[in-house]
Amino acid sequence: MSDKIKAAIIGPGNIGMDLMYKIKKSKYIELDTVVGIDPNSEGLALARKEGYKTSHEGIKSIIGKKDIKIVFDATGAKPHSVHAPLLKEDGKIAIDLTPAAVGPYVVPVVNLHENFESENINMVTCGGQATIPIVSAINSVANVTYAEIVATISSKSAGPGTRQNIDEFTETTAKALVKVGGADRAKAIIILNPAEPPIMMRNTINTRVENVDKDAITRAVEEMVKRVKEYVPGYKLKVPPIFDGDRVTVIVEVEGAGDYLPKYAGNLDIITSAAVAAADKIAYRLLKK
Amino acid sequence: MNRKIRVIDTTLRDGMHAVSHQFTPEDMAEIAQKLDEAGVDTIEVGHGDGLGGSSFQYGFAAASDREYIKAVSSVLKGAKLDVLLIPGIGTIEDLEVAAKYGAKVVRVATHVTEADVGEQHIKYAKKIGMEAIGFLMMSHMADVNKIVEQAKLFESYGADAIYVTDSAGALTPAGVAERIRAVKQAVKVPVGHHAHNNLGLAIGNTLAAIEAGADIVDGTCKGLGAGAGNAQIEVLIAVLDKLGYETGVDLYKIMDVADDIVAPKMKRPQVIDKDSLSIGYAGAYGSFLLHARRAAQKFGIDARDILIEMGRRKTVGGQEDMIIDVAYELSRRK
Repeated sequence: MSDKIKAAIIGPGNIGMDLMYKIKKSKYIELDTVVGIDPNSEGLALARKEGYKTSHEGIKSIIGKKDIKIVFDATGAKPHSVHAPLLKEDGKIAIDLTPAAVGPYVVPVVNLHENFESENINMVTCGGQATIPIVSAINSVANVTYAEIVATISSKSAGPGTRQNIDEFTETTAKALVKVGGADRAKAIIILNPAEPPIMMRNTINTRVENVDKDAITRAVEEMVKRVKEYVPGYKLKVPPIFDGDRVTVIVEVEGAGDYLPKYAGNLDIITSAAVAAADKIAYRLLKK
Repeated sequence: MNRKIRVIDTTLRDGMHAVSHQFTPEDMAEIAQKLDEAGVDTIEVGHGDGLGGSSFQYGFAAASDREYIKAVSSVLKGAKLDVLLIPGIGTIEDLEVAAKYGAKVVRVATHVTEADVGEQHIKYAKKIGMEAIGFLMMSHMADVNKIVEQAKLFESYGADAIYVTDSAGALTPAGVAERIRAVKQAVKVPVGHHAHNNLGLAIGNTLAAIEAGADIVDGTCKGLGAGAGNAQIEVLIAVLDKLGYETGVDLYKIMDVADDIVAPKMKRPQVIDKDSLSIGYAGAYGSFLLHARRAAQKFGIDARDILIEMGRRKTVGGQEDMIIDVAYELSRRK
């Protein structure tokens, strides 16, 4: 396999730029074009400097380019609901990093294998990518009846999109904790902390379980942390499972790779890392076909 | 004519922290009815952390938001029913339910530097005809300029009033006065203050706020609330009455609610002890108190060490989960 699958990024903001640097390290994907809507975009200028094709004419600049097979959408929920049918019609696979959730929620380590054939996958939220693997691990050995997560992120790493749609974060994360994590019921809470220097993203996962097998739960969580670390190197088990009756508490911290966004922005890093990890596996399958 | 001060009673919301969120809807209805009869303008109810607060993180409440609101709204004749909404915990969907069951006022509470996470909630409340108040928590952590900037944001979203809140009970009277004065000068809407008693200053700080221009203040029966509690409402009414402020609250009646109805329902005396004092001293969030005590017991350490460390790490409201993290670290360091 000498060739790589060509990809494009729509949305040259923080997320789009971080994706650009992460795709550089990919084995199976080659970034072709970065698309925006503002000719004066700093992100597009940076992409040009890095040697990629750019366009400020939106999605139409890549529609019809059949060699581009995978498109990362880092715009917003509304634009993505417009982009999704266009990409589908053009035979492109969409990796959706917006809250639009046109396609199924995907957390690579948990359910990517079930969604290889999907033409559109949604990357949930940063909090979802950080906590769903843990809930899924605990659920696999203990049956989680209720999962509750608290994601605390630095104020600096929460852009206007997150701030103006904070309910979307809690609602989407809770839904995916059930759908992908396997909990019967779920709740999500997000807290912004403005401390300087900015704090690392930390996530507390509380679950109520049916079978309190402490050893099995601890092993499952540790194993899962290792698997997430494979695509998010800064993912760390801060507090291993603590037991209180049928309640299990786990705390994980996410330090970013510092590719484009600073290291404290682990919350953004984990969702871009998950997106590239998922796309990489999809590309590998396309190359084998 | 005497200056009018609007008083909001938060016994049934902040006071919930002190009873680990275990008031029943019947308790709330009984207390609210008497507060209403005593002439209290606005009554805030629900889980201590507001709509959607019932959780592992903050403690599960004895009943749902809907049950509390329904029970209280059915007994109120004059007072307005108020709910607290902390974006990130509660959502617009929760607010919709609260409004449906009789909430007329919402206080949208954000950390003092993060008002913009409450924009959608303020706008939604205004759209459905509720009174919407912007509530800046942990105001001891920001300087006056920052607080003014954030207050103006809330005003620009359409907030009917702005609160400068001392969630940690860490401010002294001069600190309250300078914050209130600056916000009062910067916005056109009424300004409020919510005090905590961790440093024994809740009544004094509330008075300092009023003298600096505050139009609305909070209190609770017996001072029931997070940490060492809030400004004790019956004391506050007596003080304001003596000073010639008009609150519309009957002094004898509010004393009766506090001593005869609320006191028998309390789980422990509302006092300043070494742990709540540490909260005020460290500038940590008031509701960390009981969570820190539980963690201290579990990990065999001093609750004060946890609370001081929580302050040192600049934790904000809602970060109860950090207590376990800190307690775990402190216990391993031993």
